[in-house]
Amino acid sequence: MSDQILAQPELAGVRIDEDSDDLSRSEVILKGALAAGAVYGAAMVGPFVGRALAMSEGGDVGILNFALTLEYLEATFYREAKTRAKASGDLKSLIDLIGRDEDEHVGALTETIKMLGGKPVAEPKFDFPYSGTAGFLKLAQTFEDTGVSAYNGAAPQIKSKEVLEAAGSIVQVEARHAAAIRLQNGDEPSPVAFDPALSEAKVLKAVEPFIQ
Amino acid sequence: MAVANKESALSRVASDPVSRRKLLAVTGSSTALTAFLAACGSDSGTTTMGTSTAAAGKSGTEKFGKGDVGILNYALTLEYLEVAFYEDIVKSGLFKGSDLATIRKFGKEEAEHVTALTGFVKQMGGTPVPKPKTEFPLKSAKSVLELAATVENLGAAAYLGQAPYIKGASVLSAALSIHSVEGRHAAALDTLLGESITPDGAFAKPAPASEVLKSVEPFIVG
Repeated sequence: MSDQILAQPELAGVRIDEDSDDLSRSEVILKGALAAGAVYGAAMVGPFVGRALAMSEGGDVGILNFALTLEYLEATFYREAKTRAKASGDLKSLIDLIGRDEDEHVGALTETIKMLGGKPVAEPKFDFPYSGTAGFLKLAQTFEDTGVSAYNGAAPQIKSKEVLEAAGSIVQVEARHAAAIRLQNGDEPSPVAFDPALSEAKVLKAVEPFIQ
Repeated sequence: MAVANKESALSRVASDPVSRRKLLAVTGSSTALTAFLAACGSDSGTTTMGTSTAAAGKSGTEKFGKGDVGILNYALTLEYLEVAFYEDIVKSGLFKGSDLATIRKFGKEEAEHVTALTGFVKQMGGTPVPKPKTEFPLKSAKSVLELAATVENLGAAAYLGQAPYIKGASVLSAALSIHSVEGRHAAALDTLLGESITPDGAFAKPAPASEVLKSVEPFIVG
């Protein structure tokens, strides 16, 4: 069952994506990237400047609703994991902790969208094809790493400084979850020096198979 | 072991920002949520979120240069410190095996941050700050790990604290991509120590430059 994840190449690893709907912005960032690359080597710049350009409809509310969808996915995933992951000991505590955090993210994002005069997206129905602890961990790692890259990709487009700061405070927590889950998987908690950014389109494509 | 070295530089640092952050975490999620909402709902130019002073428009990094250059040089100083610390830890011989491998890996990533930030400062026409001379207490594996976790948690909070002040999109993007890596390092070290991976709870707290600089002062000797 857990092999199904491998059938989703999008989920095998978080990649820097190549599309952007916002050419003017991408030109600006690309120019900066190229200039930086000239100074200290393109290989160094590529990973992080690559795609900070995830484009979202509807400004900050649109970005927050995009984030809310991901948080719904994670919250549901960890809620189910309490019975499905067959975890014990440290992992069981970790699932409880992460699940609590994701629930709080859902609550905070929902309220914030309302306060900004927006309409929070409805909670989708999810389907997570995995079995057992190993299957859970593999999928959890993908979701957390993707979550980090999703926030990192969307954050530079946030207009409000307060919303940016809030998104930053959430993405750091997602990164902490990712590191802890990776350790449980026996993987490097921090595989690269620069967490890649992922566009909204790429993120949605990656999570689509889990949304009914 | 955990109560040893009460008077060390480690405990001075640990007693400053992090213990306070831990306290904030203990006060409960509702506090974080309230702060988050207060911050997000603010449109009057004031914010009650944590220690944020974003609305005031002062990053606290002015002594390192103007605007984004100042922020990048501030970050560069912190990264230099982390690199030096990890180098000292490796040399100390306190760690072996997988723990040593983790420390080397983190040190290598901090060194990549130094290179990238240096390049960015130059690209923007600024002068990168020189590498500070540093000295760290290396008494025991446990105390070193605790200090490393403190430094990484502080580093993550430092980047978070600067995000709202950054003007350039590519600078912000780079800072974010480093910020989450510092968060990963912090969580990994917290895990090794058996501490909570999220000392602030569901919402990480930013640290202003003044607080961060004060905390690292004991380790900068020239």
